[in-house]
Amino acid sequence: MNIHEIASKLSLDVKTTKGDLEREVTGCYISDLLSDVMANGKEGDIWITHQTHPNIVAVAILKNLSGVIITNKRVPEEDTLKRAEAEHLTIMTGQAPTFEIAGMLYHFLRC
Amino acid sequence: MIIKNSIEGSFHLTGGDFTNAGIASSELKSILTELGLDDNVIRRAAIATFEAEMNVIIHAIAGTIYYSIMPEHIKIIVNDMGPGIEDIELAMQEGYSTAPDWVREMGWGAGMGLPNMKKNSDEFKIDSVVGEGTTVEIIINIKQGLR
Ligand SMILES: Nc1ncnc2c1ncn2[C@@H]1O[C@H](COP(=O)(O)OP(=O)(O)OP(=O)(O)O)[C@@H](O)[C@H]1O
Ligand SMILES: [Mg+2]
Repeated sequence: MNIHEIASKLSLDVKTTKGDLEREVTGCYISDLLSDVMANGKEGDIWITHQTHPNIVAVAILKNLSGVIITNKRVPEEDTLKRAEAEHLTIMTGQAPTFEIAGMLYHFLRC
Repeated sequence: MIIKNSIEGSFHLTGGDFTNAGIASSELKSILTELGLDDNVIRRAAIATFEAEMNVIIHAIAGTIYYSIMPEHIKIIVNDMGPGIEDIELAMQEGYSTAPDWVREMGWGAGMGLPNMKKNSDEFKIDSVVGEGTTVEIIINIKQGLR
């Protein structure tokens, strides 16, 4: 399943324009600790987090993650979006709490 | 890919500069990618360098990343001017962190950076003088099958 399909199925707002929406999402990692994502996130994972600052872009790019979903109505900082555009990373936001977004994602990626 | 001569360079880091965090590691990652090195080698070098870069930004005043890419291995030395580390053994333990609250709110300060560096290195050395600074040396073997 690619980023575009996930965004539409989970009613996510795509906040960036330059990311590759066709990029395949191969898994998911959920954490608000950046070194934890550095250690345990896998290439192709979509990352669900509450963090909104620009360092999430650096982590996602270095780990070659497929995208970032910021949950719980949180809004990415403007600098975060600028960095994401420059790096062609897709950042999305979701109104639903992490549990629900993760639950739906689990269903689509594993079932 | 066979590297004949060593390729060297450096990046300057400023403590507290969270805005530019990751730029040095990303550049090094691009250089390694252009050289066509093994994905696993690149991945490990990027993780270890980024954690070292973040530690300078979080804990120190200023620092430098030096890299040299040699036929057999990549050597990354990150040297900083800063508070230094009193008890290195303690600092190496997963979960130990002295990061202030505002840094923890950003999701740093899990105490995972040094263990991550060690895990991703083939050789890892850390030296520190309290009140002066810290140096970490990361070596990652290029030849496959060594890990
Ligand atoms: N360059 C440095 N200068 C001074 N102290 C350091 C430096 N690097 C690490 N330390 C000390 O070692 C501790 C552990 O470092 P480590 O990278 O494992 O965790 P952290 O940086 O606190 O959190 P995380 O890496 O998970 O964001 C730090 O909290 C700090 O006290
Ligand atoms: Mg750290």
